[in-house]
Amino acid sequence: MSLFEKFSSIQQARQEILQSGVNPFHLTIEKIISPTEAVINGHTTILVGTNNYLGLTFHPDSIQASQEALAQEGTGTTGSRMANGSFSSHNDLERAIADFYGMPHAIVFSTGYQANLGVLSALAGPGDTILMDGDSHASIYDGCRLGGAEVLRFKHNDVTDLDKKLRRLGDRSRRTLIIVEGIYSMLGDRAPLKEIVDIKQQYEATLVVDEAHSLGVLGNRGRGLAEEAGVEQGVDCIVGTFSKSLGSTGGFGVSSHPEFEFIRYTSRPYIFTASPCPSVVASTKVALRIIRETPQLRQQLWKNAKILYDGLEHIGYTLGAEVGPVIAAMIPSKEQALAMWQGLLEQGIYVNLMIPPATPNGESLLRCSVSAAHTPQQLETIIQSFANVYSQINEHAASVST
Amino acid sequence: MTTYAEILPQLLKTLTPYAKKMGQLKESTDLVSELGLDSLQVMQVLLKIEDQFDISIPLNNLPNIRTVKDLGQEIEMLLKA
Repeated sequence: MSLFEKFSSIQQARQEILQSGVNPFHLTIEKIISPTEAVINGHTTILVGTNNYLGLTFHPDSIQASQEALAQEGTGTTGSRMANGSFSSHNDLERAIADFYGMPHAIVFSTGYQANLGVLSALAGPGDTILMDGDSHASIYDGCRLGGAEVLRFKHNDVTDLDKKLRRLGDRSRRTLIIVEGIYSMLGDRAPLKEIVDIKQQYEATLVVDEAHSLGVLGNRGRGLAEEAGVEQGVDCIVGTFSKSLGSTGGFGVSSHPEFEFIRYTSRPYIFTASPCPSVVASTKVALRIIRETPQLRQQLWKNAKILYDGLEHIGYTLGAEVGPVIAAMIPSKEQALAMWQGLLEQGIYVNLMIPPATPNGESLLRCSVSAAHTPQQLETIIQSFANVYSQINEHAASVST
Repeated sequence: MTTYAEILPQLLKTLTPYAKKMGQLKESTDLVSELGLDSLQVMQVLLKIEDQFDISIPLNNLPNIRTVKDLGQEIEMLLKA
């Protein structure tokens, strides 16, 4: 068998989906109009699957800062910070993040994926153990693997299982890194962080929280779940991304441990990659300021999330978690999910189609990410479209069974 | 000290409910290609086995576990550790 033949099973699975008349693999955004609208397949479409939680991608201050940086500092850095040096703007952004979290040390990475790779692989290496939540993002899985530590999983959000696995480790628990997420990206549920911090302290382990989906969303200052749960002191390191509520690209790690700075010298995803572009750094820094100065955005996001959540629940959808910016409608079968996703797109609504094996517990999901920028009219249209596809699918199911 | 010989019957009993599509489970049965477990079922089985034997199976070791025998030997090794 040649190296390429192993893709045949993927090709077959893809073909089966394409035969249903739906092609979710090559969706092209022909024109982006605003944080919540784009042209797809020639039609103006409401975006409800882009993680643009605060709608900052078109904020005039971010755009202006980005344009100025582009003109003054150029299109790219053409190398890594370790080899080519840091731009002042990289250092400024790190200080701004550290200040935002009230922690002394922050490191910026070129993507959120690399932030997890860089932090996790540097913290836990051969001889150490990682205990990760089973529903963790792929970047966490890959970061754990990259460092060479022994990797164990505990059942999703199950503190009893976490406790059990730490107990089995004996003295090794003190050289164990626990990694959980603030908000889990698929279902939108949150880690039971207070209980996890208690267990972490009991076993003297180290705790990293990925706040990718909770930065700008949870907590009085928008710092994330650790802030909301009142346990920031018990968290050793927070990782996050700029590509969701901050509306750009990049990632970061932030910590109070003085040794955290040394990650720069051991983290391959930090050392061996080009540093973030000046224009991206500039817009991120402004977006961080906007999050600090405009709590109304977060309030609007939650207001919108409640409207959409209640609307979908009223129609009859089973939803994945409590009210939040990630709202996942659980669909009984993959075939129905494909048909409903296509139906929504034809009505001008773009959501994320999530099907096994990429989903927890083999669920099929229509995943919405709400934005503070969604208007009441847009939310009404989204809910009505969900109601339409719900009726169509149920009518079809009834006609097949009779 | 629990030996492989003692582990095997317990393991076969745990795996039997997943073997509906095939006949008798053997030591040589391939967990994926013969038993037909998908990635989700593999994880469910592993969690069950972890509780059954009070062990934690590292993800790092999974690529080396293909058959019932491999899994039994892994359990034996973890119980000895």
